[in-house]
Formats: sequence, structure tokens, C-alpha cells
Amino acid sequence: MPERIVETVQVKHLRILDKKGNADPALAPPLSDEELKRMYEILVLSRTFDQRALNLQREGRLGTYPSFLGQEASQVGSAFAAEKSDWLFPTFRESGVYVAMGCPLHLLFQYWGGDERGMRMPDNLNVFPLSIPVGTQITHAVGVAMAIKYRKDRAAALAYFGDGGSSRGDFHEGLNMAGVFKLPVVFLCQNNQWAISMPRDRQTAAQTIAQKAWAYGFEGIQVDGNDVFAVYKATRDALMKAKGGGGPTLIECFTYRVADHTTSDDASRYRTKEELEIWKARDPILRLRMFMEKKSLWSDAYQKDVETRSKAVVDEAQKKAEAIALPDPRDMFTYTYNGLSQRQSRQLKDF
Amino acid sequence: MATMNTVQALNLALQEEMERDKDVIVLGEDVGKDGGVFRVTEGLYDRFGAERVVDTPLAETGIVGAAIGMAAYGLKPVVEIQFMGFIYSAIDQIFSHAARIRARSRGKYGCSLVIRAPYGGGVKALEHHSESTEALFCHMPGVKVVVPSSPRIAKGLLISAIRDPDPVLFLEPTRLYRLVKEDVPEIDYTVPLGKARIVQEGKDVTVIAWGSMLQRTMKSIEGMNVELIDLMTLSPFDEETVLQSVKKTGRVVIVHEAPSMCGLGAELSATIAEHAMLHLKAPILRVTAYDVVLPLPKLEDYYLPNTARIRKAIETVMQY
Ligand SMILES: Cc1ncc(C[n+]2csc(CCOP(=O)(O)OP(=O)(O)O)c2C)c(N)n1
Ligand SMILES: [Mg+2]
Repeated sequence: MPERIVETVQVKHLRILDKKGNADPALAPPLSDEELKRMYEILVLSRTFDQRALNLQREGRLGTYPSFLGQEASQVGSAFAAEKSDWLFPTFRESGVYVAMGCPLHLLFQYWGGDERGMRMPDNLNVFPLSIPVGTQITHAVGVAMAIKYRKDRAAALAYFGDGGSSRGDFHEGLNMAGVFKLPVVFLCQNNQWAISMPRDRQTAAQTIAQKAWAYGFEGIQVDGNDVFAVYKATRDALMKAKGGGGPTLIECFTYRVADHTTSDDASRYRTKEELEIWKARDPILRLRMFMEKKSLWSDAYQKDVETRSKAVVDEAQKKAEAIALPDPRDMFTYTYNGLSQRQSRQLKDF
Repeated sequence: MATMNTVQALNLALQEEMERDKDVIVLGEDVGKDGGVFRVTEGLYDRFGAERVVDTPLAETGIVGAAIGMAAYGLKPVVEIQFMGFIYSAIDQIFSHAARIRARSRGKYGCSLVIRAPYGGGVKALEHHSESTEALFCHMPGVKVVVPSSPRIAKGLLISAIRDPDPVLFLEPTRLYRLVKEDVPEIDYTVPLGKARIVQEGKDVTVIAWGSMLQRTMKSIEGMNVELIDLMTLSPFDEETVLQSVKKTGRVVIVHEAPSMCGLGAELSATIAEHAMLHLKAPILRVTAYDVVLPLPKLEDYYLPNTARIRKAIETVMQY
């Protein structure tokens, strides 16, 4: 027998909520009505925040901002599955994760307004400051997972990145280490089909990103990233598995970046309107809303109420952020080291 | 002759060189269809095709490493790294291989490679988008480091960099991309690497700067009898021009937007101290950014050298 098959890979795609908002009863996560409403309200809040940030940027009140429009289910659904003891590693795109984890929204406005104090998360939040160099945070999640394992804590790390991030060496090194050490870490790739102007097929010739997990000795799964139930279930299962000693998982959320890459980008230069319209119609928030409507958990009045409350929260956060006094210029000396160097002290004296 | 900004001048340089030499290949993230995030490669994809203007996966180590292979084979790759802050994973390839292939192969292989990257602050950008870490690269023998300060200079330097047989890191001050317009000749001209430029002759003090700090310094020295040097090639730099000027003026101020610790100002100071110490009338002063992590936009203006600090340093050395 000169040749035999030593490994085969079968990649699953998980969808629980269909486009009309019907849930597969065997797979639907056991969320109470209250939890469902909370999930919905966070989805709406995250979009309200996102749209406000875009408006403020246009008015020149925030700097460059990367919208996550269309990716709300991937971000909120995954964060919803995390516990407070888990450590999350978001990128620049993940404002929705911060919102879902309960980060005070004025901090986000402050950060995107160009003030680093906005990335000082409250003590009870294990959400790392966002990472801008693509893919570089993946290995940090791996290290946190090593520490969790060493201390025998019941927690896991959750690393976010994009389809573009899957091309970086950091991705391969991080996943490889996680596989070798069987670490409690979940790798969550939001494949939003674009990395600035590069389409997904420019990042990999593979059919899916999920299948890369097998090369590192663990499982991957592709989920409908616009289906908040699928994202939630896949992430919760993966986190449970991680905490139970089952090792890492790669989750590919198949979704779409509806907005321009950032406010400095013009996506019409490189992608078609038709493609955009197809994905706009797959609105992840609308899908949960249709599900809730069938369960009589949603009504026009409820929608109005949720929107009013979201707007109030975002108004309040914006007001609070704008009322914060400019940082003292000397603040830039404070955190370079834990304490001032001789040179810094001299520079401060002459400042 | 046409009036253009630095983006247009760089674009023209690429067009001309690609037209002239079909071994010139552009590669990087978003350089093709999108024309680069600053539009420096705009139009090249349509004109020269996807084989010569290569949109790559998001993989800096891979892009630079592959470019080294292309260069060894005889092509002339021009890599775009989207921002200098994203070059660091490629440093392994630049330091371990691009800089040493010629030495390691005893001259059999060269590395005629250009790595372009937007560089420097003053544009109120996100974290990692305002980096000025040129000194890291100047430290490495085998790598040339070049920074243009105006559209005309940018075009001439980029053409020289592409034709140079060694690896060149070509740092484009983001702040100057569209700030300054200048008449740029459309004929074939070059600005040689390794040569500094005396922007303005003067008697009292030599001021050395480059990139966007050169522009800021020009605006800061009105009414002062300053000899202003635009270093242009940071490594290996034009020691002759620098030392000659210092011997004439006896006073030196160096302006750069990188922090002071081991910045290029330190190397310039040491070179001047070693070779022209006895001509000096005053201590050499550096005007630099502070030695702190580069702040986000709200504090950026306090971090970068400004006119007041530049003038104060010049006035201080004049007191001797
Ligand atoms: C190492 C690195 N290279 C380049 C960039 C510039 N850049 C910022 S976002 C981006 C595309 C990222 O695509 P993806 O990982 O799919 O994330 P998305 O933007 O779609 O959320 C690029 C090239 C960067 N931030 N980091
Ligand atoms: Mg993407």
C-alpha cells in the first residue's frame, strides 16, 4: 500500500437563524426571553454607538474611525458568550466587543477622539487595549492562555482578528503554539471579505479560513457571522471546551464590512454596489428582530423604546467624553516607564 | 515642468522608472486597484497591469522576504509598507538578509530593493501611524535610508533609490504628501543618494534636518544667519558636507522628530565631535521629540519639535 490517507478535514458551516428569522430548534441556544432582549438591545446600542462615531468623525470631532457596521452579530454574539474572567483581545474594528463587554462608552469616544486615556479599561474588565498592527494581538492571547493554564484558573482567552490578519505570521505562530500546548484560547476571525481593498481571495487560496485550524492540530468551524445565535453558540462551545481542557478552536465568522474600511477610505473604488446591497440585505440585527417578533418579544413600541434608550446612553457618553478636560501635556511622560528616567525628568523640567 | 505635490511627484517617478525598466515591479498591500492608501501608486495598475503592480496578502515579512528573492533574481522590486509602524515584522528580513546578501554571497547576489513607507507625525493619526524610527535602520550597515523633503527632491531621490544596487529604505514624510507643491521637471533627473543639500547658506550656525522637520525648520529660522542642511540620505550620510559647514559656522543644531535617545542626532553629534570638535564654539544641541511613547493626536503637537523650541536652541548656541 504505497499511499494511504492519513488525515481528512471536513469543515462545517453553522447557521441557526435563517434569513427570515427562523431558528433551528435543535441548535438554538437556551437563552431566556430576558437574555434575548438584552442581546438585542446591545446589538442596537452597538450600532447606535457606531453610527454616532461616524457622524462625529464627519464633523471633525473624532479622528479616523473604523466602523463595524454589518459585523454586530459577530462582535456582540461572541462577547456575549464570554465571562468576566475571560480575557479578550480586540482590534481597531471591535468597538462592538467593547460595548458588549460593558466598557463605558465615553471611554470609546475619548479614545477615538485621540486621547489614550480612553483605553484605560475599568478594573473589572479583562478587555485588552485594542491592537492596530494587524494580527499582533493573537500571540498575546496565546500567552494569556498559557498563564491561565499555569495558574489552573477557569478562564480562557479570546483573540479577535480579520481575514487579513490570517495572512500574518503572528496568526500562524500563535495558532501553532496554541495547538502544541493545547491552550484555553479561542481564535475568532471575522472574515468580513475585505482587508481594505484586498478581497478575501487575496489572503488565502484555501476555501475557508476555518480549515487552517487542522494544520495546527485542532478544530475550526465556519459560522454565519450575521447570525448572532450561531456566533454565540460556536463561541460559547469553544470557550467551554477551552475551559474544560479541550484546547483551542478557530471560529471563522463569515460576515461583511458594510462600511468603508475607515473614514479615510472610499470602498467604491474597489468593490461593487451590487455586492454591498446583497450584504446590506443580510442585516444581522434585523434577523434577530424577526426571530423575536415571531416569539412576540418584539414590537414597534419596543423598538422605539430600545432606540430611545440607546440614543440616551450614547448622548450621555458623548456629553461626558466632550466634557473631559484635555490631558495635561505632561501626561505623555507618565506611562512610558513605571517611573521617570533621568532624561525624562530633565525634559519635563524644561517642558 | 509641472507644479505638483509629493504624492504626484513620487507617482511620476514610479511611472517613469517602470516605463524605462521592465524589471521594476511594485508590490504591497492595496497598491494595485486602490492605488495605495495615499494614492502614490495610483494609475500604475491600469497602466502596467497586475503582474507588475502586485496586490499582496497582508504579510509584511512575506512581502519583504519575497522582494529580496525577486531582487536576487535580477528584478527591481519597489515595496510599499503601508505605514512605517507596520514594518517591524519585516525587520528580520531587512536586517538578516537584505542588508547582508551582498556580503554573504561575496558579491554574487545584490539586493536592489526599495522599501517605501509613509513616515513621521503631524497628521493626527491613529497609534502606529506616526512613527519616526529611522535611526533603527541607520544603525544597520548594508541598508540605505533616504528621506525626501519636497516634491522635486522626492522624485529625484526615488529614481536614484530604484536604480541603486543596494537596499534602500525610502521614508516619505506623511505630513508633506500634500502640504507642499513645487515645480517638478518631467525630464529624467536624479538627486544622488549619499549627498546632503545646502538649502540656505549662512555664517552663524549649521542646522541639520530632514523630512517634515526640514520644512518646519525653514519656517523657524527667519531673520537668522543659519546654514541649513537637508541631509536627505540619512545613512550613509554626507559627512563631508556636514563637517565643512560646521567648520565654517562653529555651531550646530540638529532637529529631528524622533526621540533623542540614540536618534540620528546622536550619531551626527558624535561624528561632528570626533572630526570638528576644535572648530566648535558652542555645545551641539539637538531639538527632538521627547523620550516617551508617541502620544495620540490630542498631545501630538506638544510632542513634536516646534518653532519655539527650534529658535530657542539656535539662540542658545548663539550665546557662546
Ligand atoms: C501589520 C499591519 N499592516 C498593515 C496595516 C494597515 N491596515 C490596517 S487594517 C488593514 C486591513 C485589515 O484587514 P482585516 O484583517 O481583514 O481586518 P478588517 O479591517 O477587515 O477588520 C490594513 C492593511 C496594519 N494596521 N498592520
Ligand atoms: Mg477583513
